[in-house]
Amino acid sequence: MSNDALDLTAAAAAAAIAAGELDRGEFFELYRGRAAADQLNVFSWVAPAATGLNRDAPLAGVPLGVKDLFCIEGVPTQSGSKILEGYRPPYTATVVEKLLDAGATLLGKTNQDEFAMGSSTENCAFGPVRNPWDPARVPGGSSGGSAAAVAGGLVPWALGTDTGGSIRQPAAFCGIVGLKPTYGSCSRYGMIAFASSLDQAGPLTRDVTDSALLFRHMVGQDANDSTSVAFPEEIRLPSAQDLRGVRLGVPVELLAAEGGIDPAVRVSFEAALETARELGATVEKCDLPHAPYALSAYYIIAPAEASANLARFDGVRFGLRVEGEGDLTSMYSRTRGVGFGPEVKRRIMLGTYALSSGYYDAYYGTAQRVRTRIADDFKRAFSDFDFIVTPTAPTAAFELGAKSAEPLAMYLNDFCTVPMSLAGIPAISIPSGLSDGLPVGLQLAGPAFSENRLLDAAYALERALAFDGSAARGGGVR
Amino acid sequence: MLQRETVDHVARLARLELDDAETEKMALELSKILDHVETIRRLDLDGVEPTSHVVDLVNALRRDVPQPSLPRAVALSCAPDPTDSGFGVPSPGASAE
Repeated sequence: MSNDALDLTAAAAAAAIAAGELDRGEFFELYRGRAAADQLNVFSWVAPAATGLNRDAPLAGVPLGVKDLFCIEGVPTQSGSKILEGYRPPYTATVVEKLLDAGATLLGKTNQDEFAMGSSTENCAFGPVRNPWDPARVPGGSSGGSAAAVAGGLVPWALGTDTGGSIRQPAAFCGIVGLKPTYGSCSRYGMIAFASSLDQAGPLTRDVTDSALLFRHMVGQDANDSTSVAFPEEIRLPSAQDLRGVRLGVPVELLAAEGGIDPAVRVSFEAALETARELGATVEKCDLPHAPYALSAYYIIAPAEASANLARFDGVRFGLRVEGEGDLTSMYSRTRGVGFGPEVKRRIMLGTYALSSGYYDAYYGTAQRVRTRIADDFKRAFSDFDFIVTPTAPTAAFELGAKSAEPLAMYLNDFCTVPMSLAGIPAISIPSGLSDGLPVGLQLAGPAFSENRLLDAAYALERALAFDGSAARGGGVR
Repeated sequence: MLQRETVDHVARLARLELDDAETEKMALELSKILDHVETIRRLDLDGVEPTSHVVDLVNALRRDVPQPSLPRAVALSCAPDPTDSGFGVPSPGASAE
């Protein structure tokens, strides 16, 4: 098979397979061969063979990468953590099952920050993942393995999860498309939980059409996740040619936030806004007065929920056990002390502190009130605007190790993505261009369940911006 | 700045063993993060309801019909110390607390 097949988007490959122009088995082996030669450390596990290739289904056997934290029956699943060493779940996550039912073929599990806590995929039990545009740089995180795999041509498309930016920021750093859906639109059943009120599964893909196609087969209410909802309409493949009549709001508070937007990112952002105007959109400033407080609220709420969710890792039912002083409590503490990495420990401590007696209302209660304010800000903004636009991340991909000694500096990387997570609304990152050879991301956010319109707008922009990601696709393999 | 005793107390609540170096570092790092988080306490939030859920949902209840669950052997198969009747653990009796 020629390497031309590598240039196909997932949707194009599915169409070629359906038309009998591409052999699904050979296509899978092309990617399995590349996965075996992976030099970015994107995979924690690669499938020994293709399963389910014989069925005719909409996704036509196109290989799929799945972030490690999705449980898949019989497949090693560790959420990037040592504490789940040896774990092979006895059941499969709902969204993975839906995608396999729709004809996707599992290629492998992708590396991530431990329990999805991080913005660089450096906090991973299997070692850091590298960026295909420059292997000295991080791919972003926490879905860094999925993003680097798609950008580096190691898988046509992949699943990730987003809690405060974990799909959008790595998509931006790797020059691909990442969609964080409306909270509740995809089942969380079988996703190893980080922060339950924020976690959402979503696609990481080469282009907007692929995101729409994958997302179409992910949505749906699930009896196993009581927070899931029926998506109110079918997900369409995007077709908008322009942005006539679309009102874009640029939140002044985020562009002026602490640390600020890197000048090169701002140049790319302004150019993208100009392109949007040429496509017929109106672009005006808008107010999200509480957005600057989102990061603080997030770093209370997410760790608080994580500290409760991660209580289950105690050496009793699955994964690692390290014996203590012969009693139960010291076995718990030692297992957790040995099994969790530094960032996970930090968040468990922060969350436990915020929830502890005497501090609960001052921290968690306050943060949940700020969250209400942030959601109200968006509701108000969406009465005047169709979408909010921001740079996805304040900088392009940084070098490995650049922020790992300063947790707070790492957290500040999320300030443009966290507000949408707190409000539960959908947001997509598309590449807006290159800056010094590194991709920069543009984020569009819309009201709850506006994914069809959001994908359409992103599609029109994508065509006009004409970003070329092919340079990175050679970077993934030896 | 968080006191060392506070860090020790929280680590005990979280059932998380930290060595001396980790405890020192944790006190410093948590203090920095908490200082940053303090900004939200300057906001006037009187009368603002805390968010309990971002999507308007009433209780989502499934029909009360028994469903098959994981077979016992399968559920036990992932455990570090499975026994015939359940999950094996060290004696709670010898606890230091």
